[in-house]
Amino acid sequence: MLRKVTLLAAALLLVGGPALANTKVREPEPVAFSFEGPFGRYDQTQLQRGFKVYREVCSACHSMNLVAFRNLGDPGGPFFNPEYSAAKGLTSNDNPVVKALAADTQIADLDSETGDAVQRPGIPADRFPAPFPNVIAAKASNGGLAPPDLSLMAKAREGGPEYIASLLQGYGPPAHGVTLSPGQHYNAYFVGGVIGMAPPLAADKVSFDDGTKSTVRQQAEDVAAFLMWTADPHMEARKQMGFSVLIFLVLFSGLLYASYRRVWRNESH
Amino acid sequence: MVGANPDPHVTDGDPNRRDFIHIAAGVAAVGIVGTLAWPFIDQMNPAGDTLALASIEFDLSKVAEGQQVVVKWRGKPLFIRFRTPKEIEEAIKGDHADLRDPATDESRHKPGKAQYLILVGTCTHLGCVPTFGGGDYGGWFCPCHGSVYDTSGRIRKGPAPLNLLVPEYSFLSDTKVKVG
Amino acid sequence: MSGHSTYVPKTGFERWLDSRLPIIRLANDTIITFPTPKNLNYWWTFGGILSMMLGLQIVTGIILAMHYVPHVDYAFNSVERIMRDVNYGWLIRYMHANGASMFFVAVYIHIFRNLYYGSYKAPREVLWILGCVIYLLMMATAFMGYVLPWGQMSFHGAVVITNLLGAFPIVGDAITTLLWGGFAVDEPTLKRFFSLHYLLPFMIAGVVVLHVWALHVVGQNNPTGIEPKSKADTLPFTPFATVKDGFAMSLFLILFATFVFFMPDALGHADNYIPANPLVTPSHIVPEWYFLPFYAILRAVPDKLMGVIAMFGAIICIFALPWLDTSKVKSMRYRPQAKLYFFIFLVVCVILGFCGAKLPDDQVIPGLTTFKLVDSDLNSFVWLSRISTLYYFAYFLVVMPLLGLFEKPLPTPETISSPVLGGEHKD
Repeated sequence: MLRKVTLLAAALLLVGGPALANTKVREPEPVAFSFEGPFGRYDQTQLQRGFKVYREVCSACHSMNLVAFRNLGDPGGPFFNPEYSAAKGLTSNDNPVVKALAADTQIADLDSETGDAVQRPGIPADRFPAPFPNVIAAKASNGGLAPPDLSLMAKAREGGPEYIASLLQGYGPPAHGVTLSPGQHYNAYFVGGVIGMAPPLAADKVSFDDGTKSTVRQQAEDVAAFLMWTADPHMEARKQMGFSVLIFLVLFSGLLYASYRRVWRNESH
Repeated sequence: MVGANPDPHVTDGDPNRRDFIHIAAGVAAVGIVGTLAWPFIDQMNPAGDTLALASIEFDLSKVAEGQQVVVKWRGKPLFIRFRTPKEIEEAIKGDHADLRDPATDESRHKPGKAQYLILVGTCTHLGCVPTFGGGDYGGWFCPCHGSVYDTSGRIRKGPAPLNLLVPEYSFLSDTKVKVG
Repeated sequence: MSGHSTYVPKTGFERWLDSRLPIIRLANDTIITFPTPKNLNYWWTFGGILSMMLGLQIVTGIILAMHYVPHVDYAFNSVERIMRDVNYGWLIRYMHANGASMFFVAVYIHIFRNLYYGSYKAPREVLWILGCVIYLLMMATAFMGYVLPWGQMSFHGAVVITNLLGAFPIVGDAITTLLWGGFAVDEPTLKRFFSLHYLLPFMIAGVVVLHVWALHVVGQNNPTGIEPKSKADTLPFTPFATVKDGFAMSLFLILFATFVFFMPDALGHADNYIPANPLVTPSHIVPEWYFLPFYAILRAVPDKLMGVIAMFGAIICIFALPWLDTSKVKSMRYRPQAKLYFFIFLVVCVILGFCGAKLPDDQVIPGLTTFKLVDSDLNSFVWLSRISTLYYFAYFLVVMPLLGLFEKPLPTPETISSPVLGGEHKD
């Protein structure tokens, strides 16, 4: 990652307390993600597995306010199906997988007749429902620390998806000199080492539909890939357009250079 | 200071090739600007979240007979009217009248669902919202410039040129429609 | 824009228009016949590149303003809506964010080219000062633009920078309260920053017009620093300079596109993807890279007020340069000693940039502890920035005034053309 070296400052949101900032934090372990590099693309089956981990594990505590169900069926997304794309005159709203996933959730709404607060089944246009109605409730249910929103997590931490994958596997007995209060856990990749989140993953906690063996490592990497997608859903379109633009600009520069040489060829300079 | 220097182009021995390179470079430059212009213009088109709400589902059991419910669809009012047998009868009678924008009542509702009329609630004159049940034909009356629509939403009097628009919709079940 | 015009209206309409609004004459004299020294190198193409970047920033900025909501509750999400839902919104936003960085890359090259070739010297002092004003406006614009996404870095960067002004005695508090429109950086601050961020680029464009006007009065400097003496020394701007500028712009766009499409967040901070939270500060506040040298100077001085004065002084030095440099020779091609000090200055500016990105007490050479000098170990970034800051000011206040009096420059050519005839002079 080319980002400038800053500490994982924002992670402090979880523990609060700049005194911990000086503790050494372990660098994330490298993971060979399919989306790395200029030609990298998301692995759709991995995104589907990652979504399942998010849905069955993470979403119990973490919100994902920026992502809507329809996004799951957008090009590059986990449930994109060319049958339901703009080319066929349809949108991700029509994708039956997306519709089913949305309808499986309950969305808080107002009854259009009575104005009462009601729960209704979701539609693809709905954003993922948050586990807590507000940040105060989120804090109260989690020992005073609100679990951060995950929509942009892979962009909002130094190390991105590799950091997420390492963090999820990074629990262990406390290092020498670290004492844990109740409700705290030791994680070598977390700034300060003391994290409020209990180890979320366990082998076979999530069963993958494609038969992939459900190890902690597999779950961690899959959900990290999924979070990269939620943070950067247009990455594939961006890289694709980038290649066309670069090829065009290189050719254009060549033409301009030839033009320049011809204009200047009789001038000594 | 043109003319001050001997113009190097004058001594050019191969004008065709020279022109080709300059023209190609110029065309490519125009191409860049043109291609770049498209994203800059297309961004004004409806965004993903706007389009996502462009189709809505509605439960018709919420409309009482003889009444209409107005819901917002694509930023405009949508009239969902449960017509009485008398209103349907009048609408069918109107098929033979001298219509400005001829259409049968049959063509303005789904087969077998004559009681439900679903229309975009903006006057085809200049976009005001007609009031329910007003005018001589018991349909709608537009307060802005006096256009009168019948119980099939067809224009009968006043300045509006066209009938109230029937949006694209379909029945998902007996009482549920999807509009858009 | 220059004193005399060679434009001759060709048609009846052109004659009619020329006597009423000589706009074709203006365009002709500015971008067609304007005489440019024939020996300009590629370092002279950055003026054109900067105009292009200014245009691109204004266009993308106006588009972003169509979708952006300047409100503390919606700003962050409206930017994310641009990134996710608006058609090509990600492209336009990444162009604008990286365009700001590319703008500064170009302006720094432009400024250092000026320093090396002595382009600020008589008769180009006003041209130089107008350029400095543009640079100041750019810094203000970029700072306020960075606040708008209302992420953690946006918010706390705004807090730190506005608090700088609070360092001034007596008026300090009144100034910060006025800037904030409250008791802290909050809703009124965001709204006024948005308004000013929209206004300032047009002021920049206005000063650019003056800058170009001044340029066309005095003419361009050139690598020899010798003013053109005859028509043999110059070529018309079009096609000679236009095609060369166009080629350089295209190369620059390749660099720009590489950032926009393949590493769009490389120059930003991860923390700015976290919505602003006034209750928690990121452990390491760093400004955008283009402010880092000044940030290092600020932190090099232990006293708050003196730090702020040093930082502003560093900018004032740049303004005063035409009068600080006493040398009769413009181009450092013929000033071997000045050339040496110039390259040290260049390296020092880069070092200051590095220092600005580090924590003050971080070790320069890892694992080496020397001895404590005053308040910190000598092997720390704070001492490196102090030494660099000293050189920064010494370059302007000691080297430039004295070197011009004592150094013995190399013989300079009679005209621009003569060194070319006598063999290419390599730098």
